[in-house]
Amino acid sequence: MSEIETVTFAAAINRALGDSMAADDDVLVFGEDVGTLGGVFRVTDGLAQRFGEDRCFDTPLAESGIVGFAIGLCLTGFRPVVEMQFDAFAYPAFEQIASHVAKMRNRTSGAVHLPMVIRVPYAGGIGGVEHHCDSSEGYYAHTAGLKVVTPATPADAYSLLREAIEDPDPVVFMEPKVSYWTKGELTPAPGFGQAVVRRPGTEVTLVAYGPSVPVALKAAEAAAEDGYDVEVIDLRTLVPLDDATVMESVARTGRCVVVSEASGFAGVAGELAARISEQSFHSLAAPVLRVSGLPIPYPAPMLEHTYLPGVDRILDAIDRLQWQDTPGDFSVAAR
Amino acid sequence: MGLSSDDGVMQSTARQVGVEHLLPSPEPVRLLDEHGTQVLPSSARRDYVMPTPERLRAVWRAMVIGRRLDAQSTALTKQGRLAVYPSARGQEACQVAPVLSLGPGDWLFPTYRESMALFTRGIDEVEVLSLLRGDRHCGYDPMRHRTAAQCTPLATQLPHAAGAAYGMKRRGEDGVALAFVGDGGTSEGDFHEGLNFAAVFGAPVVFFVQNNNYAISVPLSKQTKAPSLAYKGIGYGISSEQVDGNDAAAVLSVMDVALAHCRSGNGPFLIEAHTYRMEAHTNADDATRYRTGEEVSTWISRDPVTRLEAWLRERGVIDDETVAAVQAEAEEQAASLRDRMHDDATLRPMSLFDNVFATPTPQVRAAEAMVRAESEAGEQA
Repeated sequence: MSEIETVTFAAAINRALGDSMAADDDVLVFGEDVGTLGGVFRVTDGLAQRFGEDRCFDTPLAESGIVGFAIGLCLTGFRPVVEMQFDAFAYPAFEQIASHVAKMRNRTSGAVHLPMVIRVPYAGGIGGVEHHCDSSEGYYAHTAGLKVVTPATPADAYSLLREAIEDPDPVVFMEPKVSYWTKGELTPAPGFGQAVVRRPGTEVTLVAYGPSVPVALKAAEAAAEDGYDVEVIDLRTLVPLDDATVMESVARTGRCVVVSEASGFAGVAGELAARISEQSFHSLAAPVLRVSGLPIPYPAPMLEHTYLPGVDRILDAIDRLQWQDTPGDFSVAAR
Repeated sequence: MGLSSDDGVMQSTARQVGVEHLLPSPEPVRLLDEHGTQVLPSSARRDYVMPTPERLRAVWRAMVIGRRLDAQSTALTKQGRLAVYPSARGQEACQVAPVLSLGPGDWLFPTYRESMALFTRGIDEVEVLSLLRGDRHCGYDPMRHRTAAQCTPLATQLPHAAGAAYGMKRRGEDGVALAFVGDGGTSEGDFHEGLNFAAVFGAPVVFFVQNNNYAISVPLSKQTKAPSLAYKGIGYGISSEQVDGNDAAAVLSVMDVALAHCRSGNGPFLIEAHTYRMEAHTNADDATRYRTGEEVSTWISRDPVTRLEAWLRERGVIDDETVAAVQAEAEEQAASLRDRMHDDATLRPMSLFDNVFATPTPQVRAAEAMVRAESEAGEQA
């Protein structure tokens, strides 16, 4: 067995792109600044040099054009991996994504499928100026026909991106920018639709994904000092969503907080809270709480710490989980 | 001292390479006048050759059939067999001639108004009309016909055409993508992005703008200040042309030049065809609210079908007998279409879940199970 390497999150994505390109000549990587420069985050560094500028290339600065162009390439058998430089700069492509990418298989009764990956560096916490820090996953997760993947570790970044590129359907691959420079071991990881327990616990389930996973882990550690035994689940893919792992955990703990950096109103965290209430009502000792971004536009960088769901806000939520009651009191089956 | 363009700092590429080869002719290219008399395209910037009588006969036949099927489709809306129909009557030359210029290896990117073009492409009429009947979104197999699903969000198909054309080029095929768009569509951002991508990547795309003067009710004068929509190609470095879109001979000839340009590795080509939508936007629209009867009458006198028919008769290529035979053929096809559309579409609600993903997500499966249970409960009740 080969030695397990430790790499940064950005390097893991770079590795996945390179390995996919080496495995399949039809994989093309393109977008703004991804060629000569290697991307503004250096995620595509060296790919143009290694595979040639016809396999990894710069395009005009036009996101709708990039995604639309990728659709046309899919019609001729290619597997495009396109980069939207930043979350908020993907919005010009939204019509292509919502009206064509998401719907093509369905509207052509399966005759046309689009094996493309749209990489979106997303979310904040990096001191970015405006339009560089949006958590836009809700838009994509809400759009039927898109798979939405958001890794939180280098190992997941590598394996989920390899799977995304091989997937016959379009995948929006959301990379938490704040994680680009974190390091981790490139260990084998489960596939799409499988959440993982990042930290086992017995009293509270924290459900998190993407940039919120490390925050939830820190909160769980701090909560342990307060005497709470907290489990942390990393969803890894929002579409498909692994309800089973979440429900199994909530059945054990009876209490749940969903952590999401996106604005909480009408978002992924709300969807999770609703699903847990619908499917695990009788296991719950307290309402499912959300700790999420505020219902305001993402703030200027010097104020982002007030916006971001941090450890303290998560600990406060855990405190509010009606500890005077026990899950069993609410279980109809138990009576 | 300020910088002037003479410093070389702001030197424009126009001065280096010239723009002459990009420019459209000052007047729309025309080979047949309104009476079907052959004319010389004297002001044209490129050599446009009169197509052979055999090809023009084929175009005329397809126009006659296309017009009849178009009228039949409008009639089907009145009988409740189509939810809506956007007619292309008056635009037959634009619908037919470009499509007949294509080979089977070429790709076609139609909008919702291209039913006639799709009939001409040889796609089954009922499959074409599925979108407008409402039993499914795209009734035909785009891969089999190398014809994309009809596109309703305006101009969004143009970047697709650029990508597909670039894909064919990468694979060493000599295929061209023909992308239709309307005058209104030229105002969309994706028109700009599609043209720019095609030009930058040297993608063999013929952008065919059917300028029928109206975007539903909004006239061209409120759409653009460009001297001609063909001039929109120049800014992207795309060779462009304008043509009398009701002169099928000229459309065919300009298409020949455009396709040769693309197949020779010269990148995309833009054509603006001046034409007119004789009917309202769709059967649900009232065109009298935004245009006059006089205007419509003027365009009736420029009819593309009668114009080509006159030239073919004058040349002795067709006669009363041929005309009657083609009209009979058109009637037969219309009757067949009517009969087939009177059969109710077969609907399978459970098919809704078939093609969301190759492998359904648990969430899609759950919805499928719910609908199946509803359906079974309904059957038992």
